[in-house]
Amino acid sequence: MLTQVMAFQYLATFALVFLTMACRSAAVDPLSPAENAGQSEVGTPAPLLQGGAPGEASRNITVEEATDLSGIQHTIADVAFMQGMIGHHAQALEMTTLLYERSTWQDIRMLAQRIDVSQADEINMMQGWLVVRDEGVPGNADHHAHGTMLMPGMLTPDQMAELAAATGSDFDRLFLEYMIMHHQGAVIMVEELFASPGAAQESQIFNFASDVIADQSMEITRMRRMRGMLENR
Amino acid sequence: MTATMIALRRHHHRRTRLTLALGLITGLLMANQGLAQEQAPHHRQREDPRVGLAGGFLDAGQAAHNMELVRNLPKPEGFYDPEQPAGAPRMPPEPEPEEGEEAPTNPPTRPPQGLSYTNSDLAFIDNYMFVGNYHGFNTYSVEDPQEVERLASFVCPGGQGDVSVYGNLLFMSVEQTRGRLDCGVGGVEEPISSERFRGVRIFDISDIRRPQQVAAIQTCRGSHTHTVVPDPNDPNNVYIYGQGTGSVRDGEELDGCIDLEREGREVVQDPDEEPDTALFSIDVIQVPIAAPDTARIVNRPRIFADPETGSIAGLWQGGDHGEGTQNSRMTTQCHDITVFAEHGLAAGACAGNGILMDISDPVNPVRIHEVVDQSFAYWHSATFNNDGTKVVFTDEWGGGGRPRCLATDAPSWGANAIFDIVDRKLVFKNYYKLPAPQSELENCVAHNGSLIPVPGRDIMVQSWYQGGISVFDFTDSANPTEIAYFDRGPLPGELGTMGGFWSSYWYNGYIYGAGIARGVDVLKLTPSAHLSQNEIDAATDVELGVFNAQNQTIIEWTPSVAVARSYLDQLSRRNGIRASHVEAIDGLLNQFDQPNAELPGELDALAAELEGDARLLPNNASRLNSLAETLQDLSAGLR
Repeated sequence: MLTQVMAFQYLATFALVFLTMACRSAAVDPLSPAENAGQSEVGTPAPLLQGGAPGEASRNITVEEATDLSGIQHTIADVAFMQGMIGHHAQALEMTTLLYERSTWQDIRMLAQRIDVSQADEINMMQGWLVVRDEGVPGNADHHAHGTMLMPGMLTPDQMAELAAATGSDFDRLFLEYMIMHHQGAVIMVEELFASPGAAQESQIFNFASDVIADQSMEITRMRRMRGMLENR
Repeated sequence: MTATMIALRRHHHRRTRLTLALGLITGLLMANQGLAQEQAPHHRQREDPRVGLAGGFLDAGQAAHNMELVRNLPKPEGFYDPEQPAGAPRMPPEPEPEEGEEAPTNPPTRPPQGLSYTNSDLAFIDNYMFVGNYHGFNTYSVEDPQEVERLASFVCPGGQGDVSVYGNLLFMSVEQTRGRLDCGVGGVEEPISSERFRGVRIFDISDIRRPQQVAAIQTCRGSHTHTVVPDPNDPNNVYIYGQGTGSVRDGEELDGCIDLEREGREVVQDPDEEPDTALFSIDVIQVPIAAPDTARIVNRPRIFADPETGSIAGLWQGGDHGEGTQNSRMTTQCHDITVFAEHGLAAGACAGNGILMDISDPVNPVRIHEVVDQSFAYWHSATFNNDGTKVVFTDEWGGGGRPRCLATDAPSWGANAIFDIVDRKLVFKNYYKLPAPQSELENCVAHNGSLIPVPGRDIMVQSWYQGGISVFDFTDSANPTEIAYFDRGPLPGELGTMGGFWSSYWYNGYIYGAGIARGVDVLKLTPSAHLSQNEIDAATDVELGVFNAQNQTIIEWTPSVAVARSYLDQLSRRNGIRASHVEAIDGLLNQFDQPNAELPGELDALAAELEGDARLLPNNASRLNSLAETLQDLSAGLR
């Protein structure tokens, strides 16, 4: 007898088949990866090879060998890096929030906007990275917690208060000084990460860490130039 | 499909209702998919068919405009995670309470590995296509682009896998700290290790189905990208510019690598006190073609030297570029360099700055101009137009993995900046960004592309990750316009999955897009009011024997009816030619297959008239003269 459950299972299976067929048109012919395994469409099968050291012969390998990424899994240092950088970024956003309320200098507002949009999104990325690895995600205010060790370059509560109390070009000057220090701290966090055994082997961590070096180093000099301009005002 | 449905009815008539239901669902799905392709080409953002496409892996919704998908080449085994082919972690299904059945056990989830198998760059030689990947590369035959054949899969990790090809040599960039000299997949645990490789690999591809690594040139910062630079005066060698943007290696791992010295958080050492710093240079590698195993770095030019003071951190100090340009940036490294050897020029996209270089001596590139722009955080790559009179710089805001094409994102951020080159100086004209906003699930920003060789126009095809592919015309550099596109909905994954097109290039009549997760797509342009079939034909007639995106060569068109008709179409489009001339030239070209004795003379006569008009119409002079010249060349060919 065709039970409702069986009907749904039947429906699901056929839906899958029809879905696959429906998506084939004259233009698209998406072979599933399994169908493509080790075969070329014409002629002899395409080999799966692994290179040798320079000057040495290449060898055939299995799919299992090719997809064994157990050696480049994330480490505790990677987790600590992401958890720490979330707090680090969160403080940068507190600083830009202060700026919008205080500065009328167009250039610095645009710089702050760029930092703001970038780092807010990077926080989302880092939280996602931790979640899918079942690691703890720091709360938004965790870096405020009394006794929390500050990451390199982060402002102490006194320094944040000093920034919040400043106005006009005094604020701009202090913002630049503190954000430069903040960015340099991020670069140091990356360098410490690369100095940890086994860290940054995983591609997402490597890419993000490298982007931090590139982007923040560049912004440091941009801010240095702006600080120089302030002196001349 | 219809036959199958009939078969089902015949043999399983008890399930007729189910079959009909399935048919209805399928029909709806197909109609939905087709709808996006048939919509009128309105490009106001809210109505753009690229907005709101259904997500999926190989079955995502698609939107195409003046382009069509010919074939998708899914990634081969060994180049995707078998447990997560789309790259995103599988979420456990909701347990369903079923009568007499146990709840299904949750399949194991694992952190996404997909990024380690990222498809990246493409290179072509003859009928071979090389698809770079963080994990190695794949080789295909594109002799018949409708039926592409895979020839070999080659595992040798250490992204990004930027690839170039020259003769029997394939070059690949490696920057990741997991890169190994022996091509192993196990990474390198120690921060300082003799097993690590970061730099440019060289492969011998004489046996196309069995490449072999013959050399691995270590560099201080690894190689993020590289550029092949042939030296016409030196046929025994080919040169490689290696660009590194990653962390500087410890001097213990690679002799001679020196970072700026820090004390706590401050950089205390003036770069000029340590002139060997790896930060302010690019690597020039010489590769003897007959003995590539002896390749080595021959120069590390300080292309950021201040020409007046000689300071290697010239751009770091800034120098005063004048009113409103005080936001000079520290240019410590070049992300990518594009060379146009026949014009003697190279354009470097160096973090924050666009740099124009003279490379008449390839071993010693010299900076001749640089530009800064307040909107740009990070220029990634550069493309010249065919005449070498324009450069398109791209700002890879977010690094490529983040969604930067949101409706709320500034249109000048994460976009292209188009410059004219006037008297060897860069002059800003306008920005171009993907016109359709993308969702937060879709990483998107301007990325790699190449020119489409339509005579008389500057057209570029470009990848925007999950923003898809966009083809835009920048013939009028101040007014770039989109003329074709292809896009899919987002990859599965609640948190967004890295994917989309890393690079898309034109090669011999087709567009090839390297999809990070879904594999390579082969596409064709289709004619429209923006691009005629004649222009597509003229572009398709250009046969390249080799293509490396960062090494541009001058494209020349053999005079043909298609070329003549292309100019004719362009002039008609702009009302830049007399209607009587259009009719007359069309008539003459129709006779070309069976020319009579008068045809050459008639072609020459019309050419002369066009030249006369060119003197009267300066805005159309260039094209009128190009058309005249083509007619004269055709005429000469007939005599």
